[in-house]
Amino acid sequence: MISFTYTIKDKLGIHARPAGMLAKVAKEYESKIYIEKNEKKADATKLIALMGMGIKQGDLITVTADGLDEYEASEAIKGFLKENL
Amino acid sequence: MKRFKGKGAYGALALGKAFVLDKTDDTKVRRVRIDDTHKELRRLEKARGAALAELDEIYEKALLEVGQTGAQIFEIHKMMLEDEDYYSAIENTVKIQMVNAEYAVSVASKSFSSMFENMDDSYMQARASDIIDISNRLISCLMNKEKTDIIQGEPVIICARDLAPSETVTLDKSNIRGFLTSCGSVNSHTSILARNMGIPAIIGLGEDFLSSVKSGDTVTINGYTGEVTVCPDENELDNFKMLIKKDEEKKSLLEALRGKESATIDGKAVKLYANIGGVNDLGAVLYNDADGIGLFRSEFIYLEKDTYPTEQEQFEIYKRVAESMGKRTVIIRTLDIGADKQVEYFGLEREENPALGYRAIRICLDRPKLFKTQLRAIFRASVFGNLSIMFPMIASVWEAKAALSICDEVKAELQSEGIIYARDIEIGIMIETPAAAIISDELAPLVDFFSIGTNDLTQYTLACDRQNPLLEKYAAPHHKSILRLIDYTVKSAHKHGKWVGICGELASDTTLTEEFLKMGVDELSVSPSYVLPVRKAIREIDLSK
Repeated sequence: MISFTYTIKDKLGIHARPAGMLAKVAKEYESKIYIEKNEKKADATKLIALMGMGIKQGDLITVTADGLDEYEASEAIKGFLKENL
Repeated sequence: MKRFKGKGAYGALALGKAFVLDKTDDTKVRRVRIDDTHKELRRLEKARGAALAELDEIYEKALLEVGQTGAQIFEIHKMMLEDEDYYSAIENTVKIQMVNAEYAVSVASKSFSSMFENMDDSYMQARASDIIDISNRLISCLMNKEKTDIIQGEPVIICARDLAPSETVTLDKSNIRGFLTSCGSVNSHTSILARNMGIPAIIGLGEDFLSSVKSGDTVTINGYTGEVTVCPDENELDNFKMLIKKDEEKKSLLEALRGKESATIDGKAVKLYANIGGVNDLGAVLYNDADGIGLFRSEFIYLEKDTYPTEQEQFEIYKRVAESMGKRTVIIRTLDIGADKQVEYFGLEREENPALGYRAIRICLDRPKLFKTQLRAIFRASVFGNLSIMFPMIASVWEAKAALSICDEVKAELQSEGIIYARDIEIGIMIETPAAAIISDELAPLVDFFSIGTNDLTQYTLACDRQNPLLEKYAAPHHKSILRLIDYTVKSAHKHGKWVGICGELASDTTLTEEFLKMGVDELSVSPSYVLPVRKAIREIDLSK
């Protein structure tokens, strides 16, 4: 299992469009990918759950990837976050 | 007669019969026990397929009508419909409670939309309507409802609680005079879409509104003030008709100028162009009959995105603008970011004096990769119409030379890759710093044209921050210094056989039109809605007197 943290910089937070894009990226990997903030945790492939976390600008999130391709998955998510959020 | 007041989402007047939109209401879904859950789940899956196909169609339609930013919501709708949590909630209700799929969808709709409603962020709260929208779509697919256009015959004013974005797009616009909704916020896609479509709309009229209006009632809408009257009395109706008449008179006076030449009495033709921020403004440009586009503020492509727009994305936009305008000139100003237009992903440092800071061409020359991406997109699109390029914020000869040499590199690259571009593309610069105006005689030989940006030229010449309201009386754009700089710039250009335009606010100031034409200004570029008023002014001028 691999995990890393990231602080959201986008001023709208994880709103509909990036949540949709993030879910798409996460679906490409076999590993289970989770996004956590405080007590809340969501499967990164699930758009509505991601939006429901209400992640805003400045929030610190923890991303975990667990599975055979966890390294590739976590790198892809990291790259996506840096570029879009 | 009853009066209501809401927020005008689009300024215009309308008078007509109300049509109260009776939506697929999830309360009408009946709970029916079923025996064969497998059969029910197959029915659900089929309906989802149909709903997704519908959304594809709506997306394509919206793309044409409101552009990519406006259409994006339907992609999100598709993803919501494919969301695992949402869908398995419906499946589970069918399986465990052994009920019909319609009912299961309505249950999921309520629970997911209330989750969004309870969030503490107005943007997320507004997403509840997206859940309701996709759920209703799924339900009507399950019920196999024929989607006939509800409105036939005479034009109506649509009255609804709230309009789902997919509804605003699918309605036949030729039969609608306006939109009135009791809910709706500035964040709702509906008000944005209505604005883009140019349909008068008033939102947020309150819960009482819908119970006070029924189909067939006469309704007046004043989109300028946000006022609505239902069943107006004679007096009110007369007043409103007068208001419409005045509004139309003003419009028809200008209407008569469409298709007419922008030339003075003594026959001097002026290029009367329009300023735009994106493809959404194209309709207004064509409607107001501009002779071309004198300023395409390409930075809006960057401002609307969360990350750098790719070459392909930009290419598609420039291509669309070029194609829509045909033979008419389209001048694309390269990226003008910085000062009052900030983009986070550029990662620029905070500055004490952004207007005197790191902006526009200064960033582009430091980041050739960024600059080349845009230039490549423009050059590639140039074969689809009549494009020109213009560099903002030039102050020195070396800057113009550096920008031009990057253009040459791009051309050479395209050439070696075998990609075609228009070889006769005109390249010009903005004259918006006093420095550029003063050395315009040295800049003129380098380029094909000048366009004078009077807003920045005024701010820099008079040392007055554009954003500071206290400075209004000092920031006088009619100041002699500005007019002399314009005059000198025109002379410098003409000496070298180049043409000059004005694309700042001053171009639409009809008290100055005659003076500009006397100076020899060749082109005026104004907001689309000012094209006809300025044409009127030009046609009343006689330069021979």
